[in-house]
Amino acid sequence: MKQVKSTSVEVRLPSRLGYEKVAMSTAAAVAKLMGFREDRVEDLKTAVAEACINAIEHGNRLNEGLSVGVVLSAGKDSLEVKVIDDGKGMKTLPPKPDMDRKMHGEEDPRGMGMFLIQALVDEAEWVAGQNGKSSYVRLVIRLDKEAE
Amino acid sequence: MQSETKAHVDQLTSPAGHPVTVLRFEGDIASTSKDAVLGAYQALPKATAKLVLLDFTKVDYINSSGIALVIQMLIEASNSGQKVYAYGLSAHFTKVFTMVGITKYAGLFPTQTEALAAL
Repeated sequence: MKQVKSTSVEVRLPSRLGYEKVAMSTAAAVAKLMGFREDRVEDLKTAVAEACINAIEHGNRLNEGLSVGVVLSAGKDSLEVKVIDDGKGMKTLPPKPDMDRKMHGEEDPRGMGMFLIQALVDEAEWVAGQNGKSSYVRLVIRLDKEAE
Repeated sequence: MQSETKAHVDQLTSPAGHPVTVLRFEGDIASTSKDAVLGAYQALPKATAKLVLLDFTKVDYINSSGIALVIQMLIEASNSGQKVYAYGLSAHFTKVFTMVGITKYAGLFPTQTEALAAL
C-alpha cells in the first residue's frame, strides 16, 4: 500500500500575469505524484491559475515589488493549496456569473475566475488577512473524488 | 511567460454549401490575447462572414480573461447577426465553456468535420 506523508511545496511568483502558469504546473506535478486522475488535475490547474491571477491582479494590484505565495500541502487523501497575496482580501463573494446578462450587456464579460475556482475544487475559502495584508484563498481537492 | 496568441483565417464551405469562416487560434488565450482574438474577429467582413467557426485545436491554456474575450466576440457576433461555433477544445475546456454558459450561444463540436457537417 502506497503511503503518502504530508508534504509541502512552496512557490513564490512575481506579480506579473503569465506567472500563474508556474504555480499551475507545480500544482499539476504534485497532484500527479499523488495519483489524481487527469481530469481532476486539469480542474486543479484552472483553479490554481485563477487564484493566482486574482492574487496578482486584485490582491497585489500588479505591483511587481510584491510576490504571490503558493503553498501546496499534500495530505493522505487531499491536496490543499493556499495562494497568498498582500491585498485586503474579499469581504463578499461576487454573484455567480450570468451568461444571458453578459450577452445583453447587463454584466461585465469578465468576472468568471472565482466562479470557476468554486466549481472546480471541493473546497474554496477566501480569508482576509489581519491588518489588511496576507490574505489568501485556500483550495482543497480530494483524491477520493475520482472514485465517484 | 504566456505563449503568444496567433490567429489566422480560413474560408471553407460546409457540406451543405454554406460559406464558413474559420478562425484558427494557436497559443494561450488570456488577457494579452485581445488583439489576436477580437482583432482577428473584427477584421472579418460582417456582411459575408455569417458563419464563424473557432478552431481551438492548438490552444493549450485558456483563462477567465480569455473566456471573457470569447464572450465579447459572441456579443459582437450576436449584434451583427453572425452565428459562432467552436471545435477542438479539450475535454476540460469543453466542461469549462459549458459551466459558464457559452454553449447556449456557441455550439461546440469535437472536430472540424463534425462542425462543418452541422452547418
